[in-house]
Amino acid sequence: MEQKNRFSDKTLQTIVGNLLRYGVWLALSVGAIGGTVYLVKHGHESIHYSSFTESDKSIGQLVRETIAGLKEGSGSAIIFLGIILLFLTPALRLVLSFFSFLIEKDYRYVLITLIVMLIIGISISLGYSH
Amino acid sequence: MTTRYKVTFETALFFLYINRQEGPPPINRQPSLNDFFLPSEYSFTDFFSMTILAFTLIMLLGAFMAGLIGSLSGLGGGIVIIPLLTIGLGVNIHYAVGAALVSVIATSSGSAAAYVREGITNMRLGIFLEIATTTGAVCGALISTIAPGSFIAVLFGLTLIFSSINSLRKKEEQVLEQSSPLARKLKLDGSYPDTNGRPIRYGAKNVLGGFGMMGIAGMMSGLLGIGSGAFKVIAMDNIMRIPFKVSTTTSNFMMGVTAIASTVIYLQKGYVQPGICMPTMIGVLFGSIAGSRILIRSNPKKLRLFFAVIILLLAINMIYHGIAGKI
Repeated sequence: MEQKNRFSDKTLQTIVGNLLRYGVWLALSVGAIGGTVYLVKHGHESIHYSSFTESDKSIGQLVRETIAGLKEGSGSAIIFLGIILLFLTPALRLVLSFFSFLIEKDYRYVLITLIVMLIIGISISLGYSH
Repeated sequence: MTTRYKVTFETALFFLYINRQEGPPPINRQPSLNDFFLPSEYSFTDFFSMTILAFTLIMLLGAFMAGLIGSLSGLGGGIVIIPLLTIGLGVNIHYAVGAALVSVIATSSGSAAAYVREGITNMRLGIFLEIATTTGAVCGALISTIAPGSFIAVLFGLTLIFSSINSLRKKEEQVLEQSSPLARKLKLDGSYPDTNGRPIRYGAKNVLGGFGMMGIAGMMSGLLGIGSGAFKVIAMDNIMRIPFKVSTTTSNFMMGVTAIASTVIYLQKGYVQPGICMPTMIGVLFGSIAGSRILIRSNPKKLRLFFAVIILLLAINMIYHGIAGKI
């Protein structure tokens, strides 16, 4: 039993390690492509970053806007896709460890992982509603 | 509300300034070090109405330096990005926090990858403590949406001072033989390979104390856009008595999940600006890769002292700008 657990911990380490590495590089490559498109189209415009305009969009709305932007070949939409991929990397890592704890039958940690996912879920809803 | 008022007021001042000159603002003025360390009426961007291209190039270079300093000092890239964006380039602090958090996700996931595969990171410990850090991060991000920029700037400066002093503390490898009952119940003990590949077993104690400190670490991360590695290491090193090597790598491993808990709030509120995030995350990631290469070859002790002094100066500058209401 002890031996079996150690084996699956080791496998998990390899999978999570690779996921983190390739996830980041993929996200960054997409971001860089988007950045290039964005610069070609808007590079000559002047910046307006000193004033802050608060928006209030749900995640679903943001994803829909990004997809719409991608169809038009908008640079900032491609950058957003890169940012979303970057977000998915640690999120997927969490989901992976959830299943690995489930396979190990370590139900205490299945619960702990679920709580963490729940908190992130709550933060999505808190960020939108007032 | 306060922030918006301040910004419009500054923008109005700027337009008055341009009109008085009857023409574009003077561009023959050489940017000097004084711009960073002395109070000035306007930031760089106001003087040079900068294009997106110029901004991106400056940011790529600046973020590279930030990643380099962050990695060499052991404080993380986010900590240098915020003063660079706000004081150096006149970017609103909320945008700066959003960009810094995105770059924190990139660097922490990138560097965590290697340690996880080597088996140094304690994933159970990390996931358990993520309950505290994500809760803290959500609270921090929510406070940040209502807090005025000057408050964030002052708090940031104080955290910077604390972190830079803390980075100079001597670190000893400690191994706790006997775990506390709660730590045993949660299976927080573990082992990591030493330089010869032999496993070193270690235990943990004061689980609740460490958990509480992690909540504070998460809140600072959500509020200020930093990884708050210093707080996390204190929680695991000083309170829970985890070996230094394990605590630093586990802290790194946790940052990604902690940062998404607060960044989803920032994302929906529009704090994440693609034009700022893109050069920031690319620059910081490559800067920290370069930094870790240098660390392997050189003695970090003198470097750490040097960067601690630089960061202390940045901190004082941030606090000054915050109190003067310039951020």
